[in-house]
Amino acid sequence: MKIALDKVAKTFETFRAVRGVSLEIGSGELVALLGPSGSGKTTILRMVAGLEYADEGQIFFGDEDATDIPVRERGVGFVFQHYALFPHMTVAENIAFGMKVSKVKRERTQIDARVADLLRLVKLDGLGERFPSQISGGQRQRVALARALAVDPKVLLLDEPFGALDANVRRDLRRWLREIHDELGITTLFVTHDQEEALDLADRVVILDQGRIVQEGTPEEVCRRPGSAFVMKFLGDTNRLEGTATGGRADIGGTVIDAQDVPDGKVELLARPGDLGWRTEGGGIAADVLRVIDRPEGRRLLARTAAGDTVEIDVPADMQVRARDSGFIEVRRGNVFPA
Amino acid sequence: MSAASSRRKPPRVGDAPAIRRTLIGFVLLTGAFLVLAPLLVIFQQAFSFGFAHFRDTITHPDTRHAIWLTVLTALIAVPINTAFGVAAAWSVTKFDFWGKRLLIIVIEIPFSISPIVAGVAYLFVYGLQGLFGPTLQSAGVQVLFALPGIVLASMFVTAPFVARELIPLMQAQGRDLEEAATSLGASGWRTFFSVTLPNIRWALLYGVVLCNARVMGEFGAVSVVSGKIRGQTNTLPLQVELLFNDFRRSAAASAFAAASILTGLALVTIVAKVFLERRGAGRRNQRPALAAPVVAAKDPTA
Repeated sequence: MKIALDKVAKTFETFRAVRGVSLEIGSGELVALLGPSGSGKTTILRMVAGLEYADEGQIFFGDEDATDIPVRERGVGFVFQHYALFPHMTVAENIAFGMKVSKVKRERTQIDARVADLLRLVKLDGLGERFPSQISGGQRQRVALARALAVDPKVLLLDEPFGALDANVRRDLRRWLREIHDELGITTLFVTHDQEEALDLADRVVILDQGRIVQEGTPEEVCRRPGSAFVMKFLGDTNRLEGTATGGRADIGGTVIDAQDVPDGKVELLARPGDLGWRTEGGGIAADVLRVIDRPEGRRLLARTAAGDTVEIDVPADMQVRARDSGFIEVRRGNVFPA
Repeated sequence: MSAASSRRKPPRVGDAPAIRRTLIGFVLLTGAFLVLAPLLVIFQQAFSFGFAHFRDTITHPDTRHAIWLTVLTALIAVPINTAFGVAAAWSVTKFDFWGKRLLIIVIEIPFSISPIVAGVAYLFVYGLQGLFGPTLQSAGVQVLFALPGIVLASMFVTAPFVARELIPLMQAQGRDLEEAATSLGASGWRTFFSVTLPNIRWALLYGVVLCNARVMGEFGAVSVVSGKIRGQTNTLPLQVELLFNDFRRSAAASAFAAASILTGLALVTIVAKVFLERRGAGRRNQRPALAAPVVAAKDPTA
């Protein structure tokens, strides 16, 4: 089912959590709401769920105005960051809860069969009789997902679904959630503050800051063409170098790079550590190596330019370089924004 | 560091044998002298003039009436205060509203006010010189020196018990469980009875037991508002005092006989609580006992 938000706003006492957000999520799409804490992403999700009401604007499910439909009748599956499993019920009872309280009466055997199917879907066969306290965090979140799916929701909403799990479990669950989504084709909206998670999982990423959408697009679009310095910085490690622009060209410490659509004047170049290179001769921005950090995938140099900026550069693992070496930073790629 | 000295190290911090023995010994001794000894003396004294005297005391119409009045007061006051406690804890922990902090303080007041002050206050609200006294009297309703006054005073004193047990637990549980249940289609009542209540039931039970024990044992507030009319408005604690201040030689024995009934009622409540907990915890293979606040949410190890 298609979801559309039209100029939705929400204020908590004096805090303007969401300021006029319009957004469309196509049927069957998997969309991430990404932003720092306080950016309004969870509030948007809770308004789509009906757990909060919007102060202004409308929310549509398909062609139906769902703005004032209470959560109980909205037909959404909501997965909470801390699972919110009922601790006094077994895993199977948790999953069956939505079917038991539903207005649609189901036979006991029907419910049991559906629970067994869902347990298989989330790969927890045989754990139905356990209690939430007797299974791991990753398993709990899979139970929470099965419970949300049991009521055949029109949309699936996940609030920081992997936030409470450790890195390895997160990565596994991410891939697994993508598989489930592809299998069921259910429209899914999830909230995260982890850019890697959003880029890894979503068809489309919506980046929020201070209650507003700052950019939306496919992971490729937001990574390759960040619309603002904020997006660029939020998506990953970023180096900032100052310079000046004249006539569509930016001069960054002697290196000239393309800067179309940027007005003349002071500019900042934002570049990923991998967008920069290090060489001992041949020109570039003069700098001294402060430290070398060795990582499994390569080496990272911390260098200080003559202008006093500290820069991080990723170089191949076999490059011979030591602290206090002098050389030049080569700018291969980067995004220029007015400073 | 030799092997010998490391062997003498306590297994855990603060687990040295000396500390352990001292602490356990201290607690056992104090418990025995402070709690157990008086309890035993009550029963020993109750029978000091023989079983016949004990039987005569507790079957005396005045004592029987006092027992009945105490049980009746508990039967009215405890359910009302339980409902109030659950409602108050629910409001404070699940809603945001103006005056919430004030409500928490108001709930706590009876804890910090001497019961006798509460009794006197009731006297001035419902008494003949009081605020509603004349109105009530002309309407033919007698509050003071009658059952309503006793129930009201008992309820005032025990108002915080259930709420105080529930608020910290429900605060720790947050609103997630209720939100989850509602998003799955459960109605408000269904959510309360299938999700909220099972998760607070042990704290609730404990609050009810404490509330009940206090209602049955309340002396100060009740003694002011009841008027202590023998055979009419004397509750069991008042009857104990009355018998104790009697001039007969057997006064102490009579008082202890009545006191032993009061103690018996308290013991029944405690045993009932333990029994219910056992049964609840043993139900459905290893259903986790929810006596301790189960924070379903935060699990850093997960």
